[in-house]
Amino acid sequence: MAVTKFPIEASHIMMFARSIGDYNPVYHDAQYAKTTEVGSIIAPPTFTEASAQFDPDCVLRPRPGHPWFGSGKHPTGIRHEKDGGGIGSGLHAEQHYEYHRPATPGDVLSATVKQGRSWEREGRSGKLSFSEFVTEFRDQNGELVVTCRTVGVMTQRLSPQT
Amino acid sequence: MALSAAKLKIGDTYSERVVDDLTRTQIVMYAGASGDYNPLHTDQVFTTEVAQYPGVFAHGMLTMGMTGRTLTNYVGDARLTKFGVRFTNQVWPGDSLDTKLVVKNFTESKGQKYVELDVSTVNQDGKVVLSGYAEARIDP
Repeated sequence: MAVTKFPIEASHIMMFARSIGDYNPVYHDAQYAKTTEVGSIIAPPTFTEASAQFDPDCVLRPRPGHPWFGSGKHPTGIRHEKDGGGIGSGLHAEQHYEYHRPATPGDVLSATVKQGRSWEREGRSGKLSFSEFVTEFRDQNGELVVTCRTVGVMTQRLSPQT
Repeated sequence: MALSAAKLKIGDTYSERVVDDLTRTQIVMYAGASGDYNPLHTDQVFTTEVAQYPGVFAHGMLTMGMTGRTLTNYVGDARLTKFGVRFTNQVWPGDSLDTKLVVKNFTESKGQKYVELDVSTVNQDGKVVLSGYAEARIDP
């Protein structure tokens, strides 16, 4: 999930802001945005999540010629473990951001990902396995823009099916 | 508008309804914009028959995104320096969510003042779906 080129684009910001129900004009109106402190359209605080669009190997996006674990003719397109069983049984447990400066259209970010801690605990429906990774998004000049720490959890309940 | 330290005190609160009757279509919009097409969020057949959940549910990051809107409405654009959350319960279509911010502390570094906030988002049953913290630059 290494994203080497994440171009920050105004129309992508507009669509992302709409999807979270945020109609603040600083996300879609360049004229208005000129009057703000930053003086430009900016990306909303959780926008780096959309870097998945620029991850060529993102496993959460169907690709032609590859089995997809969602439904089509059958409830899942994955009928064999070797086709990628297990995808989708992970959930997002925590997300943390540190903002160094706002991302604005024209920036091209790149991400580096470092594996963090992993641990287990008993949950409401069995064992939960947590794992953490830290992603640094840097701009075209190598300057830090956003640091993200993500904690994912694998739940036991899904493993028999996937 | 940015916040001013002179007008804030510990314990101040700010609340917004961040979504009323969350639609499956909004979840689809988030999938499309974010690139997270995990069928658990949009594919009822997969989610009930294969993953065996009661139905599709929202991306945690959609709840965090909507919560972030309350934050930026309060602290102003491009003022956040930290924002972190734990996802404590799933969010389902039809849920209505409210976000509450509480002023927790003030700090200062290199002449810049900051406010620390507690952040929580609850559903219509009062169940906390997200809890966390934020920090933002504020004016004197």
